[in-house]
Amino acid sequence: MDKMEQYWKKNIQYVLGLLVVWFIVSYGFGILLVDQLNAIRIGGFKLGFWFAQQGAVYVFVVLIFIYVRLMNNLDKEFDVDEK
Amino acid sequence: MSVILWTYIIVGLTFALYIGIAIWSRAGSTKEFYVAGGGVHPVANGMATAADWMSAASFISLAGIISFIGDDASVYLMGWTGGYVLLALLLAPYLRKFGKFTVPDFVGERYYSKTARLVAVVCALFVSFTYVAGQMRGVGIVFSRFLQVDINTGVVIGMIIVFFYAVLGGMKGITYTQVAQYCVLIFAYMVPAIFISIQLTGNPIPQLGLGAEMADGSGVYLLDKLDGLSKELGMTEYTVGKKSMIDMFFITVALMVGTAGLPHVIVRFFTVPKVKDARSSAGAALIFIAILYTTAPSLGAFGKINLINAVGGKEGIEYAKAPQWVKSWETAGLIAWMDKNDDGKIQYAAGKAIAGKPKFTEETGKYGERKLSNDPTDAANELYVDRDIMVLANPEIAELPNWVIALIAAGGLAAALSTAAGLLLVISSAVSHDLLKKALMPDISEKTELVYARVAAAAAITMAGYFGINPPGFVASVVAFAFGLAAASFFPVILLGIFSTRMNMQGAIAGMVSGLVFTSVYIIYYKFINKEAEFLFGISPEGIGTLGMLINFGVAYVVSMATPPPPKEVQELVRNIRIPRGAGEASAH
Repeated sequence: MDKMEQYWKKNIQYVLGLLVVWFIVSYGFGILLVDQLNAIRIGGFKLGFWFAQQGAVYVFVVLIFIYVRLMNNLDKEFDVDEK
Repeated sequence: MSVILWTYIIVGLTFALYIGIAIWSRAGSTKEFYVAGGGVHPVANGMATAADWMSAASFISLAGIISFIGDDASVYLMGWTGGYVLLALLLAPYLRKFGKFTVPDFVGERYYSKTARLVAVVCALFVSFTYVAGQMRGVGIVFSRFLQVDINTGVVIGMIIVFFYAVLGGMKGITYTQVAQYCVLIFAYMVPAIFISIQLTGNPIPQLGLGAEMADGSGVYLLDKLDGLSKELGMTEYTVGKKSMIDMFFITVALMVGTAGLPHVIVRFFTVPKVKDARSSAGAALIFIAILYTTAPSLGAFGKINLINAVGGKEGIEYAKAPQWVKSWETAGLIAWMDKNDDGKIQYAAGKAIAGKPKFTEETGKYGERKLSNDPTDAANELYVDRDIMVLANPEIAELPNWVIALIAAGGLAAALSTAAGLLLVISSAVSHDLLKKALMPDISEKTELVYARVAAAAAITMAGYFGINPPGFVASVVAFAFGLAAASFFPVILLGIFSTRMNMQGAIAGMVSGLVFTSVYIIYYKFINKEAEFLFGISPEGIGTLGMLINFGVAYVVSMATPPPPKEVQELVRNIRIPRGAGEASAH
């Protein structure tokens, strides 16, 4: 496989992995499983409600920065980073 | 000092700042006008994106929406933030590498077609005009509430300010004013939130206060208290949703994908120097947005508790004994009371108190309230509360000093003006760059193009102002349009343009047109023609963009497979935008 194809394949893997988490915290925890999670409480928050109104947003931020890190390293590894 | 004097001072100072920035950052070339020269620091761009994105509605109405629908409002909180993950992972870095000026630019070149570019121009104009009318109206409303000037005068003042920095500075002026506007609006949002959080829970961080115990010594958690109060009044529990799961799902997808497909958001990522800046800038933008978006649910819950307590909970309160702010916001028309059982007491309960928005007559009732000509509803509820109260009246409800009230005015104006400016730039660049330079008059020089860009911006402001003064009746119900259309048209086409080398002109045009037509027809049918009809699969018009997007993907795939692959050089272009190296600066050629 050509080097650029490998780079692109790796990128797609990262993206898919992160989008799975993105989907689970918002659509999974915040919508589909919200009733089940609401049985669990952390302080005054029902867990499902917390994910839907705060938690998912925090995870979104973290996901973007993980991606930034992964890609900066990948760019260097394949020598396609910007000088 | 009085509220009004404080408001003049603070709003005056912020306006002077915006104009100062505009003069300092005049645009001298089309590149500066369209993409701020391509040299904006990723953190500054993140702030500008946050201000660009958060409109008057986010600032003024979001907390109130949450306050009145509780858990169901999660669709907005997740939907309007999750799109940035899609932007950072799927679109922004590649569009930055592509390095042109506008979204139709990408569509036109990637699909080697003037038709595709023109379809994109039409979508961009439609989405942006829908949005901008509401912003100018928002400016007028803030002016009229806080500075007691006529709404229309307020719109005109707003137009003059935007005119100044958008026409003079283009994207460059807009970017740096947006940075300033972000600082103003977030400060204005957080100050009352922090004070109220301390008052109610003793915790200065509103995000934590929402999950804390009440500070009244009862040891009851704030959210449990709110669930209890809501139940007592016959409302749904605050932390439990009412919307169907499928509808929540579809609305959230449509808002996320729509966010990622909005041209005025995408184009902000053309302004940073490098591909890696585009990635981190999306992260920075989301942090700045998240500060407001995670505070809003706290403000909503705090506001609801304060409101229920102020009107005496289940027992109700005599109108004469209601707190002063209830009366002052009744004067402003955001609160109304109809004494249905004629006992002189305000009873707040589930359901709408009156049919529609309050229509005040000139008379006063026997308790001194403003009389209404609306028809009463069957509900026991006697109190009409406009959702905007939760932000606008908060400083008074919490008995904060006058300068905090003035700050809210400046923050609301900053939110409305920054979004309006970003949208106006999309409109002007779609006209001067995509329509004139790239389609109708390819021979014009850069100087002439810049003149046209300024003329187009001025014309767009005038039109936006006109709509702000004479708002078309349907404005409120067409917000769904902007997101639905962006989700059903731009997002799939851009995504496929990057991630598939096989996608061709025929597939893209067919996909965009079918997504667009399906979504528009659905929204128009259920919003305007047959308002009573049962939704298809229980999906409300707000969420139908998701189905439109799927249709776009499906049609694009089938059509592209039946037609020849794109030319070699286009496939080469796609491979090229996938690799960061050599991004250079945004260029016109």
